[in-house]
Formats: sequence, structure tokens, C-alpha cells
Amino acid sequence: MTALGDVRRRRIDELAARAGQVSEGEGGVSLTKSAVRRLRRDPVAIIGAVIVVVFLVVAAFAPFLAPRDPLAQTLLSEIRPGFIPGSQEGFPLGVDNLGRDLLSRLIWGSRQSLLIGVVATVLGVIVGMALGVLAGAFGGWVDSVVMRFVDIVLSIPSLLMAISISVLLGQNQYALMIAIAVTQVPIFARLLRGSMLGQRRSDYAVAAQALGIRKSRIVFGHVLPNSLSPVIVQATLSLATAIIEAAALSFLGLGDPDLARPEWGAMLASAQGFLSIRPELAVYPALCIIIVALGFTLLGEALREALDPKFRR
Amino acid sequence: MSSVLGGPASAPVLEVDDLAVTFTRRGEKSTRAVDGVSFAVAPGETIGLVGESGCGKSVTSLAVMGLLPSRGVDVTGSVRFNGQELIGASDQMLRSLRGADMAMVFQDPLSSLNPTVRIGTQVTEVLLEHREMSKKQAAEEAAELLDRVGIPDPRRRLDEYPHQLSGGMRQRALIAMALACSPRLLIADEPTTALDVTIQAQILELLRDLVVDTGTALVMITHDLGVVAGLCDRVHVMYAGKIIETADRHDLFARPRQPYTGGLLASVPRLDTGRGTPLTPIRGSARDTIPWEQGCAFAPRCDNAQDDCLTEVSGSIVPLEYDGPGRELRCRHPLTYPQAPAGATALGGAR
Repeated sequence: MTALGDVRRRRIDELAARAGQVSEGEGGVSLTKSAVRRLRRDPVAIIGAVIVVVFLVVAAFAPFLAPRDPLAQTLLSEIRPGFIPGSQEGFPLGVDNLGRDLLSRLIWGSRQSLLIGVVATVLGVIVGMALGVLAGAFGGWVDSVVMRFVDIVLSIPSLLMAISISVLLGQNQYALMIAIAVTQVPIFARLLRGSMLGQRRSDYAVAAQALGIRKSRIVFGHVLPNSLSPVIVQATLSLATAIIEAAALSFLGLGDPDLARPEWGAMLASAQGFLSIRPELAVYPALCIIIVALGFTLLGEALREALDPKFRR
Repeated sequence: MSSVLGGPASAPVLEVDDLAVTFTRRGEKSTRAVDGVSFAVAPGETIGLVGESGCGKSVTSLAVMGLLPSRGVDVTGSVRFNGQELIGASDQMLRSLRGADMAMVFQDPLSSLNPTVRIGTQVTEVLLEHREMSKKQAAEEAAELLDRVGIPDPRRRLDEYPHQLSGGMRQRALIAMALACSPRLLIADEPTTALDVTIQAQILELLRDLVVDTGTALVMITHDLGVVAGLCDRVHVMYAGKIIETADRHDLFARPRQPYTGGLLASVPRLDTGRGTPLTPIRGSARDTIPWEQGCAFAPRCDNAQDDCLTEVSGSIVPLEYDGPGRELRCRHPLTYPQAPAGATALGGAR
């Protein structure tokens, strides 16, 4: 009887000690950390992340990965009227109409497409967030003015807007980035403003106010961090849109005029003429655009689930 | 149990006089949430504002703290803190008082803490805002504060996020934040509603100790009569935006005069009645009121109501009148007592 009691007591002590160890030293688990943990268990997130990382690596190491010079017209001697681009011996994906290695051009093209997409989105996020904070933090007439401005920008179709801006700023890659960024600004401004307005009357904001915390500290220290998750999600999704839009503008001939920088949209445009005889020339760059956009979209959707408390398991 | 620093004779910390809050919305009839409320709290004293949901208790507390939004809300009357008028005071002045001299504890401890910020940061923030301290000193002080409100292993808790704390610990942390600068007035808006019963008792105990230790004036807002019985010196019962009965705690439990107060006390489930005995609720719901201008707002639900309760009498609303020493009453046909109702005192002493 007592022996049994002893055994049981020892067992309980052991369990208690172990329980103590587990909680010991765990420290603070922030929402970011637990979101990352959830992402790592989500297959969709992993697929998205792998696609994105592969493309980023390819873009970063393009000079080492490309088998040939993307500009060299190796088959110059053979190019004459009637030359048919396409598969050639020694060229994994064939050559384009000017006899340049398609694979190398795709690899170098990833640089330009990702760069434009990322820079444009970052610009859009920064300006959009600034406007959103302005509207969300001050409210009142500041909010009205900022939001009407944003509504005006939003009412113009984004491609039309981007075309007008790149025409206005001249044809170079910076104009392209700014043009795409401008179309992204309203999305982020609205999103952040809405999310901040929702958080501003939340219990913890009122509680912080009741403790006499100054307004700037409440806005930047409390309301803003809690309003960011939809913006992060939208930024990831917007990267996909930005890359597609960059390709679209290049396709329309509004892209970077510098031919030394291959770009997927421009490649699509030049493949147009051969669509009936050599569709693969258009298919490869199109696939690149689709896959990279898909990668960012999957990652964005997974992020949305990881950051949204309603999805939490 | 009552005051330590001088009792009700000393100058009140907070005097609320004829406070009224009206919510206006374009195209809609305005709502008068608080209607001519007056009360005062002395240092070391605890008063209770009691009433069911929607009677204006929380709006009263927010109005006192100056936390109501400025748009669409009309606040009139007078709120004096240490003799200083707060209605119409500048934001700057209110902000320097809040957290430092007057503080508030809210109902839901989870949503009142910022989920993305460490507990430590949230506690030190208050200290840095109101007291001249280095970050290091503030962190030391924060750990001491958490220790004082009974959070074990405070240094580790400072590094944690609100979701890692239990409900009771979160409320303790919020109380620690409210008490960080030793305020003279603490308003607790249903601080135990979101907690389970054992934790409730601990939190109430903690609040009572703090009031006794520091001489803080405490305004306890609650719908829980058990809380009132355990904590409050004086009780104001509110209904439809007005105070309808004011009494000493013992008097209120022994001889409620307003039929509404009587109904509240009777509706508390009791252990000593037989199994299967139905509970005695108050008829109807808080929506079944008539405007005070047309009679007594509680009349439609009142068992004592007579014809003159439902009609305007001599062009004035039912007044809040003297009803014996320390008592005030707003009722034309109050409950009367040949002798104390059996059980009412037993209820008062139960908690």
C-alpha cells in the first residue's frame, strides 16, 4: 500500500519535473515565430517558398548558371532571310530568331523581371503604407483627403495607368518600376487604413490610452504592428502581379529599351512572329512568368493562413 | 474594511456631478446613455456602480477617464479630479493624468493587452511615459510590480507575450500596469467577468489589499452582486442611465428599497433553497424601458408599479431623493420592511 503510494508519488514528481523542464527556458514566443512555425508545416507554403527561392537563386547567380552569353549571336553566319529559329544542336532550349541561346536568355531574364517586380512592390508598399498610416492615424479630414486621392488613382485601370506613366517618364527600367509601383499604392493605402481603423478602437488601444500612453506611441507601437499582417500578405501577392505587369508592359514595347538586358515580356513579344511554327519560343518565357507568379501567390496564400488568427489551429 | 486614510470626511478624489452622455448619429434619434449621474469617492474608499448590461456603467467610467471618442458623443456635467475639472480639459492634461493619477482596469484581460508586444514592454512603457526612469530601472520596476500583484517568476514573464499567460495572470499584469504609478483613483470595469470563479476571488482579494495598502480610491463597475458584497463600501445601482438607489453595502443587501435592486438580489441563485425551485428573474429585459421623461424607466418590469409610475407627474421625472441616512432612492412605490426579509442578510454574508 505504502510502496504503491511511493511509486506513484515518485512518478508524479518525475512528471512534474519534466513539465517544469519543458516550460523552462521557452521564453517569449512571438506571433511571428509561431507563424513561421505554422508555415514550415504547410505544404503549400513550402512549394511556394521553394519556387520563389529557386528563381531568386537563378536571378542572383545568372552569370554563373547561364551556359552561354545571352547576347552572342552564335549562329550569325546562318542567319539570313528564311532562317527558322528553334532547336539547334548544342542549345538545350534552342535559339531565338537572332540565333541567341534561349536558355541563357531566360536565366538572365529572371534578373530583370524579379528586379522590376520587387523594386516596384517595395516602392508601392512604402508609399502606400505612408498614406495608410496618415489616414488611419489621423482620421478626420486627413483621412478623407488621402482616401479620395487613393480612390481617384484606383479608378484608373492599372495597366492604362502604368502605360501613361511610363510614356510620361520616358522609356527606361526605372520608369517601369515607378509605373507599376503607382498602381500598387492605392491597394496598400486602403488595406492599411482599414486595418488600422479597425485596431484603433480595439480594447488594447483604449487600454493604452487609459494608461496615458502618447498617441504616436499608440499608433506606431500598438496599432501599426497589429495592422501589418494583411499588408504583408498583400505584398507577397502583389509581387506576382508586379512581375506579370512588368512583362505585360515590356510586351507592349514600353519596357527597358536596353537590349543588353533580356526580359521575359520582351522575349514573348519577339516570339510572336513565330508563334505558328515555333510556339516553344513563346511557351518558355510564358511558363517562367506563370511559375514565378504562382510561387509568390502560393506563398502569399499560405502567409495569409499563417497570420490570420481565424485560421489558427 | 472602510477607509484607511481619513474616511469619507476627507476631500473626495473624484466628484462626478450631473454627468450626462449622449450619443448622436446623423439621421437617427440620439441615445442618452448616462443621464444625470452624480457620485463621489474618497481616498481609500471603494464604491460600486451596479446594473445590468447597457445601463450606462461602462460609459460612465469612460466619460470620467475622457476616453469617449469626440465625434458623435456629447458629454455634459462635471467630473472633478482633486478639484480639477476634467470635462473639456485638454487632451494633453488628460493624458498626463491617465496612467499616472487615475487608471483603469478593463473587463477582458486578453483583448486589453496588445498581442504583438511583450508583457515587459507594455509594463515599462507606462513607467517610461510617466516617471523619469532609464529603461533599465523601468525593467527592474516592472519585475517588482509583477511580483507585487502575485505573478510568479516575474522576470521570465516580462519576456513573454500575452497569449502565453493564463487569464488570471493577464488580469494581474493589467492591474500591475494600472498601479505602476500609484494612482489615486482606480476604475475597475468588470475586472472579473472574463475570469473563472477561483481566479475572481484572487483578483478581488488583490484589489482589496491594494486599496487598503495605498489608500487608492476604487470605483468598481460590476453586475455581480457577489463582488459588491465582498468589496464595496457604498453602492450605486444604475438603471437606464440613471442612479436609482444609493446605499451602504450592508443596508443595500439587508433592505433593498428600489424594486429593481430587490429583483437583482432575489435573482441571485441560492444554495439553501430546495432543488428544483425555479429561479426568480426580473420580468422582461433591459429593452423594456420607457423614457425617464414619461415616468419610471423600470415601471414596465416592476411588480410594485402603480398607475402614477407610468405617467408623467407634475412635469418632472422621478427624483432621486433622501431615503434615510446615507441612502438615496428614485422610486414612488419602494419596497417596505416590517422586518428584514429572511435570507437577504445571509446572502450578504455568503461571500
